Amino acid sequence: MTGVAPTSYYIALSALLFSIGAIGMLVRRNAIVMFMCIELMLNAANLAFVTFARQQLSVDGQVIVFFVMTVAAAEAAVGLAIIIAVFRHRQTVNADELRLLRW
Amino acid sequence: MLLTDISWPALLPGIIVTVTALVVLVADLFIEGPDREGLGWIGLVGMVAAGVASAVLWNANAGGFGDTYLLDRYAIFFNLVLCLTGVLTLLMSMDYLSSIGLASGEYYVMLLLAVLGMMVMAQANDLIIVFLGLELMSISIYVLAGIWRPALRSSEAALKYFLLGAFASGFLLFGIAMAYGAFGTTTLTPIASQLAHLSVEQRPLALAATGLLLIGFGFKIAAVPFHSWAPDVYEGAPTSVTALMAVGVKAAAFAAFARVFLYALDTLAVDWTWIIWPLAVLSMTVGNVAALLQRNIKRMLAYSSIAHAGYLLVGMIAADTDGGAAVLFTLLGYAVMTLGAFAVVIAVGRRGEPNEEVSDYAGLGFRYPFLGTCMTIFMLSMSGIPLFVGFTGKFFLFSAAIEKGWVWLVIIAALNSVLSVYYYVGVLMQMYMGENPREVQGVAQRPYLTATLLFTAFATIALGIFPSWAFDLARSAVQSLGT
Repeated sequence: MTGVAPTSYYIALSALLFSIGAIGMLVRRNAIVMFMCIELMLNAANLAFVTFARQQLSVDGQVIVFFVMTVAAAEAAVGLAIIIAVFRHRQTVNADELRLLRW
Repeated sequence: MLLTDISWPALLPGIIVTVTALVVLVADLFIEGPDREGLGWIGLVGMVAAGVASAVLWNANAGGFGDTYLLDRYAIFFNLVLCLTGVLTLLMSMDYLSSIGLASGEYYVMLLLAVLGMMVMAQANDLIIVFLGLELMSISIYVLAGIWRPALRSSEAALKYFLLGAFASGFLLFGIAMAYGAFGTTTLTPIASQLAHLSVEQRPLALAATGLLLIGFGFKIAAVPFHSWAPDVYEGAPTSVTALMAVGVKAAAFAAFARVFLYALDTLAVDWTWIIWPLAVLSMTVGNVAALLQRNIKRMLAYSSIAHAGYLLVGMIAADTDGGAAVLFTLLGYAVMTLGAFAVVIAVGRRGEPNEEVSDYAGLGFRYPFLGTCMTIFMLSMSGIPLFVGFTGKFFLFSAAIEKGWVWLVIIAALNSVLSVYYYVGVLMQMYMGENPREVQGVAQRPYLTATLLFTAFATIALGIFPSWAFDLARSAVQSLGT
């Protein structure tokens, strides 16, 4: 397979995306952006699954990605509904301004 | 992964709960008026049926789907604990929902689906099935936490639980990806056999997987330093949902956690015990010290549940049959006493008047002797006074750890247990000696809550005095791992 980047590159990219997501989740304060960071973490895991599936010539990892995408979609539906419910009360989705419960 | 060997016995408890949830969903459409109690009864029947189905299959040792989904004794033990939790939570909810004026059939559907997710976690023998069960449970509970829409704090609790819960699932999933990279499979049985002779290339990925899985599970069991969501979410969510979160989520997370770490990653125990003991010490100490400072009883119970996660981790560290059995037994005991304590919290509250401050409990013991007696039993049990199940559980956990030579860890745990007496007894002092100008009045007689309290109080004492049969069940459950 000439012209194909080695597996380790994909894993490094996946780890990088995961770290960006995790750090973004910790430093950003807008609920929507925090949620996007979580999606980035899940997709980093998906990239790792596909890479390992290719490396091991097994189809398991690619099937798992479908499960993860389905779960992520369900999570997005509920998560955005919750964000809207909070927005209706407070007209903001900034995590720092939600002080009713001590964050 | 071979998915052709369908095992109906292994699926049976899950199918029963799924069908019940769907029946409740449809039946909700045919009910007119605000009274949704009937749906609770349907849910109760389903939960009891799932529990009975699990118990009947005790000796079956069913498993299928390429060994990814099992109904071994270990899973059955947890199914029973989870069904019990489901039944008691449903009973509490039926009174609680009418008392806060929340007439919602979806509540029962979500509750049943959350318990279904927990059962899937207990039965999963594959990391991806663990993930699916965890997400089914978590997504249902995000909805439940925010279901009381008029209350801002309910929505806020849901948002916090959602963001941090999804964050934790991200770690768990990345850990699963690393495990898949290391072993070429996500099923626990081949992972366990491969770990026996781990190659040099596999080791870094395997250790990364262990660490990331630990973070993911750490969030769900609310161990320090992954606990920051717990007090806020416990306080803001409707009390019956808090009870389910404190008991069900913790039990299910420990079910998957112990199966993955005691069975699959057993060979790496030398490595992971050195990460878990600081978690245990921190959880116990931070949980108990922070609980001392709380004025809101739900926050206090949240920190108490964090401290209990620490005690349970002490049992995990022993990493043998006794330690595992102690964890299972303690989770059962923790379930009954914690559900009982939350039932008292529900009983004291009224519509528009939650009465959740500890000072609201002043003088309650004499005015409502039944509630007072029950709360006394639960608080003494949690603080680890002998005769109650809380003591027995801690005794099993600590003796398992001592046998493995973790004496200093058990000394820290025992000191923490002594410290915890202070705030648990503080509630009792308030109830029997405290004075509050605004006396809480009109605590109504509620049949379902009374039933819950009677049962949990009885179980707390019965399991405390006669623990051996339940401990034997727990031991045979742990022994079924990997057979």
